[in-house]
Amino acid sequence: MTRAVFALARRALRNTFRRPQFLTPLVAFPSLFLAVNVGGLHRTTSLPGFPVVHGFLDFQLAAAMTQSLLLGGVSSGIATALEIEGGFFDRLVASPIPRVAIVLGRLAATATLACLQVLWFLAIGLIFGAHIAAGLPGALLVVLIGAVAGTGFGAIGVMLALRARNASTVQGIFPLVFVVLFVSSAFFPRDLLASPVDAIARYNPLTYIADGMRDPIISSISATPVLEGLAAAAAVALVASTLSVVALRTRLREA
Amino acid sequence: MRQHLRIVRALMRRALNEILRVPAGAIPGVLAPTIFMLGLSSVFAAAARLRGYHADFRTFVVPVGFLQGAGFSGAATGVNLARDIEQGWFDRLLLAPAPRSVLLTGIVASASMRALLPATMLLTVALILGVHSPGIVGLLLAAGLVMTLAAAAACWGVTIALRFRTQQAAPLMQIGSFVAVLFTTAYAPHRLLSGWLQTVSDANPVTYVLEGVRQGFVGSVTWTHTWHAMLAATGVLAFFALFAVRGMRRTGAE
Repeated sequence: MTRAVFALARRALRNTFRRPQFLTPLVAFPSLFLAVNVGGLHRTTSLPGFPVVHGFLDFQLAAAMTQSLLLGGVSSGIATALEIEGGFFDRLVASPIPRVAIVLGRLAATATLACLQVLWFLAIGLIFGAHIAAGLPGALLVVLIGAVAGTGFGAIGVMLALRARNASTVQGIFPLVFVVLFVSSAFFPRDLLASPVDAIARYNPLTYIADGMRDPIISSISATPVLEGLAAAAAVALVASTLSVVALRTRLREA
Repeated sequence: MRQHLRIVRALMRRALNEILRVPAGAIPGVLAPTIFMLGLSSVFAAAARLRGYHADFRTFVVPVGFLQGAGFSGAATGVNLARDIEQGWFDRLLLAPAPRSVLLTGIVASASMRALLPATMLLTVALILGVHSPGIVGLLLAAGLVMTLAAAAACWGVTIALRFRTQQAAPLMQIGSFVAVLFTTAYAPHRLLSGWLQTVSDANPVTYVLEGVRQGFVGSVTWTHTWHAMLAATGVLAFFALFAVRGMRRTGAE
């Protein structure tokens, strides 16, 4: 089982790096948004109610990471759908490996990619003058929350791919990524969001994931936001992974 | 001349037919600027408390949505052309007894018309939500600038489609207009931008187009903003049209 998961994860990662047209948007779009948001709205840190931060870039890094991880989830779903369309998925099903390894292999690759995505944003943040207030332990916590959340988003993508069975349907959820992000506190403090987004954000797990990754960057580690972030990321990962395994079983039953 | 106009009209009609026949393909591009406007104005509404906005944040970002819609329409035209190339339809079109400049005009003009769809959707939602109406002159000016910018974005899309001949080049078509529209005074007035973005937005002609569209929403239409915007939009279109014409001439010649 472990060997199959490892082999499938390695294959998925190798394929991802071989197709830069799929990999580049995961970091290019959020990086551009990060630049525009910081360049255009850096003065908002002086608004009453804005938390004390070293700069708006420090605050926005978690938003860019969350956005990138969500796009990673879409990308993971598209990759799975392309394998279904191309017939590779059927060959995997026919091979003597535990079928759950098909999902777990993809998710292991998504988790690895999520770590790299978070590290990318930490690196460009540091290059452009951001500070990680909680130091190396804080950075490791950010990577941990990002990896768990990225796995969850990847599982959502895989589940959609297993149900839809075509890449264009999975691609169609791309605008939804922005909708769920906009109704969270990923981009701006919850207290400064307009109504009704402030109320919706309270129930959006992305709020807690983004705040959990943000906390070690803008302050010393505080237990509540970090634990809430980890719990929200773990809940998304657990629920979405279970649903994707269920979707796999349903698909195999129907085949 | 009349024959050429008929060809342009036929190509425009074909592009518009696609929207009706495959609405699922067009809906994301039509809705996206409205979603962005609603999202941005909900998230960053408090930013307008800073001095210099002269309007609420929603009113301030509506013109950004217009230009995003123009960019999406141009990119969609490029993607559709790449699909036509992949499926061989474009090769058949090239065999038609029509100058390539006329074919290009038809493709680009369809993007201009198509850009009015997301703009209408966005304007309707914005006005319902209480955004200040720019008046007839402001609206006509905005429509003209949006159509010109969509044509420029379509020229970029066509250039990329003719160069790479695959739909996989779609991100390249989209990212051009995405960068051009956002690296302006999209989110904040010029004096509130950070230094590097002030420099970039000064050099970016789309900033002047954006200010031209925005003027009616945040104040009154002035000749200074208007001619700056018209000049910038025409310049951007002429620049990208050069590459598109060159691409059309080279197609099939190699």
